[in-house]
Amino acid sequence: MSWTFVLLLAATAYAFKVLGLVLVGDRTLPPVIDRCLALIPAALIAAIVMLNTFAHGQHLQIDARAAGVGAAVVAAWRKAPLIVVIVIGAAVTALVRKLA
Amino acid sequence: MISPWRDERLRAVAAACVTLGFAIGVFAISFGVSSVAAGATVGQTCALSLLVFTGASQVSAVSVIGAGGTAASAFGGAALLAARNGVYGLAMAPHLKGSLPTRLIAAQLTIDESTAMAAAQEDEAHRSAAFWITGLSVYLFWNVGTLIGALLGTAIDPATYGLDAAFPAAFVAILFPLLRQKRPMMAAAIGGAVCLVLIPFTPVGVPILCAALAILVGAPE
Repeated sequence: MSWTFVLLLAATAYAFKVLGLVLVGDRTLPPVIDRCLALIPAALIAAIVMLNTFAHGQHLQIDARAAGVGAAVVAAWRKAPLIVVIVIGAAVTALVRKLA
Repeated sequence: MISPWRDERLRAVAAACVTLGFAIGVFAISFGVSSVAAGATVGQTCALSLLVFTGASQVSAVSVIGAGGTAASAFGGAALLAARNGVYGLAMAPHLKGSLPTRLIAAQLTIDESTAMAAAQEDEAHRSAAFWITGLSVYLFWNVGTLIGALLGTAIDPATYGLDAAFPAAFVAILFPLLRQKRPMMAAAIGGAVCLVLIPFTPVGVPILCAALAILVGAPE
């Protein structure tokens, strides 16, 4: 990995953040846009969970992670505290991987 | 201004935000390990976490390079994943007022975790508090975790401890409170489904961005 790569990625990542929050975000938007923007966290976080549970590069794969995240879903549904959900997710994944 | 020590609800929010930061720090160890394994130096690995500071992009970049991919393909995927922070910025902007320097700092902290914790709050004051506490604690723990992982190098295999699942598990926990209402529930279901369907057919980063189309369920009155 080169330093050029590190710095270029840093500049790009920050440019996106500033673009959304500071440059565009300053304007008052019509209510319909506001209603849509409010749904961004739910839509994207659900997508991130899918990606990190089932993606292996560009392939879909069901492995120990699915068991761990499945257990985390049950824990979250039963209103377990955040740290408990995380520990259960990691522990079940590690256990299934060890047994497999 | 709410005094943080008198407001019990704010104390609970702060505790949840710091806990999330800690969990992300544990995940950062696994990033540090894989970054060094992919050929980055300890300095470069720490620079990625300090400057890029968006976990999914960093993990994607080092995994493409580690798998022998070109710098261009590693950059492309990482940049596409970073683009979602721009979308988060749009969603957060109405809740983060303040001077330009304050918002330029807030921009660096605009990531999955801070946006999600802010979205989970019901009133405006707790919303911006949740954003800042989560953003700053994730920044601290993410960088400490990265350094620990980079120094450990290949001495441990994070997969043995299921650390790769700690990240999606944390997001499951922060997603649940968002699903109490019908529209966020629909947006989450569609976003998750779109992402899953596109993973085999599109480059890294594209499925996540396309999942953002699910916000259109908010359009009807």
